[in-house]
Amino acid sequence: MFHIPALRWGKPYKSLEKQEIVHFATGEPIAEVSQANGGLLGRDIRKSFKAREALRKIPISDLIEMMKKAGDLYLNATLPIGEAEQTPEDFVKQQSATTGLPEHLCKGNMTKNHFVLHNMDKILDALTRGLDLNILSRGFGREDRGVTVSYQAQTNALGMVLPSNSPGVHTLWLPVIPLQIGLIIKPGSQEIWTPFRMAEAFFAAGIPREAISIYPGKTDMGAAVMTHCDRSMIFGGTNTIEKYKGDPRIQVHGPGFSKIILGEDEVDNWEQYLDMMVDSVYLNSGRGCINCSGIWAPRHTKEIAAAIAERIGPIEVKPPSDPDAALAAFTVPGAAEAIWGMLEKDMEQEGVTHMTESYGTRFIEEERYGYLRPVVAHCDSPEAAIASKEFMFPFVSVVECPQDQMIERMGYTLVCSAITNDTQFQSNLISATNIDRLNLGPIPTIKLDWLQPHEGNIIDFLFRARAFQMPEEKLTAAMA
Amino acid sequence: MTDSMLSAELASKASQAKEELDAHVRETVQWHFNPETGSPFWLKKAETLDFDPLKEVNCFEDVKKFPLFEDDWLRGGPVERWIPKGLEGKPTYVFETGGTTGVPKSRVVVDDFRIDYEMFSHTLPDEYFPKGSNWLMLGPSGPRRLRLAVEHLCQYRGGICFCVDLDPRWVVKLIKKGWMEHLEAYKQHVIDQAMTILGANHDIKCMFTTPKLLENLAEALEKKGSSIPDSGITGIFSGGTEFTPQWTRFCIEEYFGGPAEESGVYMTPTYGNTLMGLACSRPVTEEEDFTIAYYAPQPRAVVEVVDPDSHKDVVDYGDTGRAKLYTFTKEVFIPGFLERDEGERELPYEKYPWDGISGVRPFSKLAGGTTVGVY
Repeated sequence: MFHIPALRWGKPYKSLEKQEIVHFATGEPIAEVSQANGGLLGRDIRKSFKAREALRKIPISDLIEMMKKAGDLYLNATLPIGEAEQTPEDFVKQQSATTGLPEHLCKGNMTKNHFVLHNMDKILDALTRGLDLNILSRGFGREDRGVTVSYQAQTNALGMVLPSNSPGVHTLWLPVIPLQIGLIIKPGSQEIWTPFRMAEAFFAAGIPREAISIYPGKTDMGAAVMTHCDRSMIFGGTNTIEKYKGDPRIQVHGPGFSKIILGEDEVDNWEQYLDMMVDSVYLNSGRGCINCSGIWAPRHTKEIAAAIAERIGPIEVKPPSDPDAALAAFTVPGAAEAIWGMLEKDMEQEGVTHMTESYGTRFIEEERYGYLRPVVAHCDSPEAAIASKEFMFPFVSVVECPQDQMIERMGYTLVCSAITNDTQFQSNLISATNIDRLNLGPIPTIKLDWLQPHEGNIIDFLFRARAFQMPEEKLTAAMA
Repeated sequence: MTDSMLSAELASKASQAKEELDAHVRETVQWHFNPETGSPFWLKKAETLDFDPLKEVNCFEDVKKFPLFEDDWLRGGPVERWIPKGLEGKPTYVFETGGTTGVPKSRVVVDDFRIDYEMFSHTLPDEYFPKGSNWLMLGPSGPRRLRLAVEHLCQYRGGICFCVDLDPRWVVKLIKKGWMEHLEAYKQHVIDQAMTILGANHDIKCMFTTPKLLENLAEALEKKGSSIPDSGITGIFSGGTEFTPQWTRFCIEEYFGGPAEESGVYMTPTYGNTLMGLACSRPVTEEEDFTIAYYAPQPRAVVEVVDPDSHKDVVDYGDTGRAKLYTFTKEVFIPGFLERDEGERELPYEKYPWDGISGVRPFSKLAGGTTVGVY
């Protein structure tokens, strides 16, 4: 077992309070992690300007090149992890051991992060709508179309309160450093691995150490991030969303309630879309907010549900090291049991049919952890409580609903893949404000286009466009 | 760890302290269960007991014959039922605890808070808590024992106490409602009051506050280019279960600028409640990894660290258990109350030759349902 200290603007800080993180199945200690107290950030935040200062000394184009190098190091190099070293293989095993995610999915996430780092130039170009990035760096400039623009950074450092159980979310914060904004990260207690490895890859690639702070800790540490940072992102459940919604300083990422909907015109062809529906539900262990948890159609819903159940119902629990493992463990004792209890209750409701029942026991309980095998529920109307649920395993409710009621009744939807050629329905979907990412066509909900914003554009979150005027000759000189 | 590790001198002191506790318990029980001097509550309670306290309680261990004290008994009136007949007619205070929703728990007090805090005063180093200096009470106001007790402590030491308005019940409501923006604003309101007092030329050198408020005050001072040492404060008496070694180290190293001998700022953590009074800590040092160990003001109060499933049994030294409090004064008799905290049992210490408790934190089996450290 080795120790991982907190990082205070790149400097290791060994706390008197430490948390042992253990293998979810065996209980074997893997690392001891320093637990920061919120007051540390209260003091350190006063130096956040230094993070931005240090990053602004490096042109954004150079930072982008460093991201590419960091991506390679993250994927392939042996890097420091606290007081030890970590190969990519160690990383995969450690992340899998503490989060319960199959090893091949951990590797897949590494590839995803590497891809984002390697394509940072294209991603920033897309997110800024082709803006000359020197304008962000300088604070003002003139676009090619001759218009003077100015963007103010809204914070010196972005605060991140990351989840414990979902290594897929890290792509969201990777563009922050090349935007010359520092990072203040409170990692999830079981998923400390990516932030620390990524930070070391950044440092090795030339990013100044004073640009990044990592504070593992308890809930008070998360609260401190939200209090002290002028801009922060938090990941959590519905309660977290309720608590912070409406606060312009905070971007909340919670359950996605992502859905596939079939229009009247295409629903009779549902069998053509079965692969896409199945992939959307279960790939990446069904854990992500972009995994599909609802399939809505005006008819054939029972057949759709039965066909999906036939495909994913038989999926068995396999050891995390098995390359065919498709399910992630629930590593918090009692969590799987509690979710199963809720599901059983919901599936007793009239109009709800448990379509995976005939494929064997769903809830698998072990001494230290639990698993839930895929669940497909059929709802003969949107009234059923389970029609609006999302869980962190392959779960989907197939809901029968007339097309003209779908948009209103399906509620908030992070990703909506709409299979329809009905132009009026498409137009209504485009206008619907309860839908965030819209895929028009049989595109799996989990297929992200990295060049597009996710739950709001991070550029708009970190920078504010404002009016700016300067005598023409001075502006030209400043931009030379 | 066992008490055989104690030096002969400390073992002798511990033995003497035990004798004094037994004698004090006998005297206290005689007072509270004597029809001439006891309180209506305990005299009535005695009728339900299957033993005679006047005859069968002769030492501290005998107190365990009583059922556990339930703090719900303290809710509602008439509060006169708690006043021992021997103290009838004396000016009486009522202090409350809880009460965010529903009826708060009340404790009547005549002189106990003054006695407890005068005893505590004698543990404070004059170098850092200079006699005659003025105090800031940055803690709860309203019907709280702490509010008057700190003011009395200050006056006892010859100073004048400046106070803020802080309603902890409103703070609990804000937390329960999830009104985080209002919570932040209220915290700022309290800190603004403290900053105003500190900036108003009152020559304040000592302060009571909680860890959370101390952190907020230090941050506010630093934002203005000042600090706790620069503010002139040299002695801080602080209390709250969130007093972890890491927090204490952070505070000493970063807010004060080092240990007292370097920074000139001394902080003494304390542990207590309205029922028991005030447990002092042994000096907190880097050598002991900033471990905070509390010792009750025996024989007036006792803290035991007990097996959560068998509260009559203390755990071994160094082991974790639930805090069980006892109070034996002429004003109140608490024959064992299970606190909502847990910690490790500590060996007797030179200055306090009886058991202590360290690492105090919310009792893990109850932690989810308790709102702690609200101010």
